[in-house]
Amino acid sequence: MFGEKALELVKELKRSGDGSLPPYNEDCVRQVLDEMKALFEQNQKDVSATVAGEGGRIAGVQLRHASLERNKRCLLAYVYNRMEKIRDMRWDFGSVLPDDVKNNLNEHELSWFGRYNRSLAKYMRSVGIDLTQDSKPPKSLYIEVRCLVDYGEFETEDGNVVLLKKNSQHLLHRADCEHLIRQGILEHII
Amino acid sequence: MAENKERGSLSDILNDSVDSEINEDEGEEVTAAEVLERLEQAWLNEKFAPELLESKVELVECMLDQIKEMEENLKEAGKGDLVGSLHRLEIQRIRYVISSYLKIRLKKIEKYAFHIMEPSNDKTDYISRLSAEEHVYAKEYCKNVEDLLKSLALDDMPPNINSLDKKKSVPQPNLDSYLFMKVLQPQEQVELDPDDQPTDLEEGAQHLVRYSVISSLLENGAVALT
Repeated sequence: MFGEKALELVKELKRSGDGSLPPYNEDCVRQVLDEMKALFEQNQKDVSATVAGEGGRIAGVQLRHASLERNKRCLLAYVYNRMEKIRDMRWDFGSVLPDDVKNNLNEHELSWFGRYNRSLAKYMRSVGIDLTQDSKPPKSLYIEVRCLVDYGEFETEDGNVVLLKKNSQHLLHRADCEHLIRQGILEHII
Repeated sequence: MAENKERGSLSDILNDSVDSEINEDEGEEVTAAEVLERLEQAWLNEKFAPELLESKVELVECMLDQIKEMEENLKEAGKGDLVGSLHRLEIQRIRYVISSYLKIRLKKIEKYAFHIMEPSNDKTDYISRLSAEEHVYAKEYCKNVEDLLKSLALDDMPPNINSLDKKKSVPQPNLDSYLFMKVLQPQEQVELDPDDQPTDLEEGAQHLVRYSVISSLLENGAVALT
């Protein structure tokens, strides 16, 4: 059946769930594109035969064209939805992706991520505010955090130096430690 | 109750720290507390509206300047100073509102990038609703996405279907979605439902309506989304 491979791609992405990205399925994408090419060539043959006067081939052409459009749509959806996931990761992980995520990206996706990063940084510079900070409404000025790894010394905004040792607990400015929490170095104790 | 207290302290702080009043484009004079109120309203509207609204970048810039000024004033306050730390917390809250507002707008621009950037006669001119920075961002984003789709899929497709149809196959906001709104200025004879009689909207009343019906009222500031 035409279009089955393309549907498989979409299903695979859907099944992977939120927040995780399966490796880019190069093989399957290639197969879909080959199928499209074959459909297109067959269509061209039939169309020129019809033009030459042979009847009864229109229905086949229409069916193949519908399959072509479906394949296109599925493929674009696959690429676009992966892109959206990668985009969300920029907001979760910051400008540097963890290696295990990076390995699942195609080279084009990697360069897309780089360009997205740059234009986002440019925007944030031009407005003069870091949008990745202040992601939750603040309840208090200081929050209590526990250190999950040995990080070493950390200088806060007002110039104090804190030693972040594993399993130590600190009371820190929210603005100072928000990105450390996101990186998994600190844990917010509620 | 606590909310009220916070509100009270917030406006005190703002009025304290603002000696001069700020001039807006229209020439009317507003205090920082009013700017913040408008910004909060713009933030809520943007949050609930399905489409991109008019940019309120002048409010954002004004508030950012205010914050800077307040932070300067606060440098003198010591660490254990209760009033100082309350002020700092208020600054954090304002920062949250600003960054959330800008973020919501960015997310909308990203989601509907092609729809926004593709000019067309039969829909709202979204480009004029973008701030200068957002316009640059939207252009770059569109180009990036298009390049990605091309290099990964479209370029290898047969020639008759290898283009991106920007009118049909792009995400568009659902303008008919229902939302809650509150009436700020009374209106007469508004047609909320095509099958129903037109109704008068009283001040302070809340309605559950389709967005497309009230979008023009929202633009005038006659209603607010809640």
